[in-house]
Amino acid sequence: MTGVPISWYLILSAVLFSLGVAGFLFRRNIITVFMCIELMLNGVNLSFITFSYHLKHVNGQIYSFFVMVVAAAEAAVGLAIILTVYKSRGTLNIDDVSSMKN
Amino acid sequence: MDAILFLIFAVIAVVCGINVVVQSHPISSAISLIGVMGSLAVLYLLLGAEFLAAAQVIVYAGAIMVLFVFVIMLLNAGGETGRGRSFLAQLLGAPVLIAFLGLMAFFVQRLFPGTEMVQFGAFHGGTAQAVGRALFTQFLLPFEVISVLILIAVLGAIVLARKEFDR
Repeated sequence: MTGVPISWYLILSAVLFSLGVAGFLFRRNIITVFMCIELMLNGVNLSFITFSYHLKHVNGQIYSFFVMVVAAAEAAVGLAIILTVYKSRGTLNIDDVSSMKN
Repeated sequence: MDAILFLIFAVIAVVCGINVVVQSHPISSAISLIGVMGSLAVLYLLLGAEFLAAAQVIVYAGAIMVLFVFVIMLLNAGGETGRGRSFLAQLLGAPVLIAFLGLMAFFVQRLFPGTEMVQFGAFHGGTAQAVGRALFTQFLLPFEVISVLILIAVLGAIVLARKEFDR
């Protein structure tokens, strides 16, 4: 019974992270940008758990658990901010929400 | 068997991940993201992280994505219209991404040259017992700090979402 090389898991994690970065940079809808951040966090989590397997130690899974908690907190606050922005400006396009730029 | 399972769910994760980025409507992206998270839960199981596989399904696919779908439905978010990307970004985006990935894969292969195989059942350190023991002994202080963080996030979400009703 053969397994999978550990590098495949790490490459999959890199692929998911890069997809998240690409979506973060290319998408204009603020909710989709937020979902791409979650995709990046998931890629990092897979990497943590792979290293936990590699080192045969549980610490990597604890870090991954903390990342999940932070992601949940971030989702709650971020979606509240999106709600407030939509109520005050009536748009979800991040190009229209640029008052801090000038 | 492990390799087959890995390949199936890795392909599902990558296809759903691409779908998250290319779909124009946010609700399609959200559904695809749930697919990514579900298949990642299976990969966590293959890596011996049982507790985190369950937490991934419950917290990510269950709680966070329901919140996302809820907000998308509430705001009645439509698809993206104008792309508004510069020509240079459209031209260079995909090649730069593929070059970055190729470089990453090369270095990962150099670091772990295929000697260690991931086999289901070879590592039992991810049970709820082991995770709980580490969480409440070695990581007790970070655990308490992060519970304060959750409390602050809840308060912040309430304050931010309340402001619209007071106006």
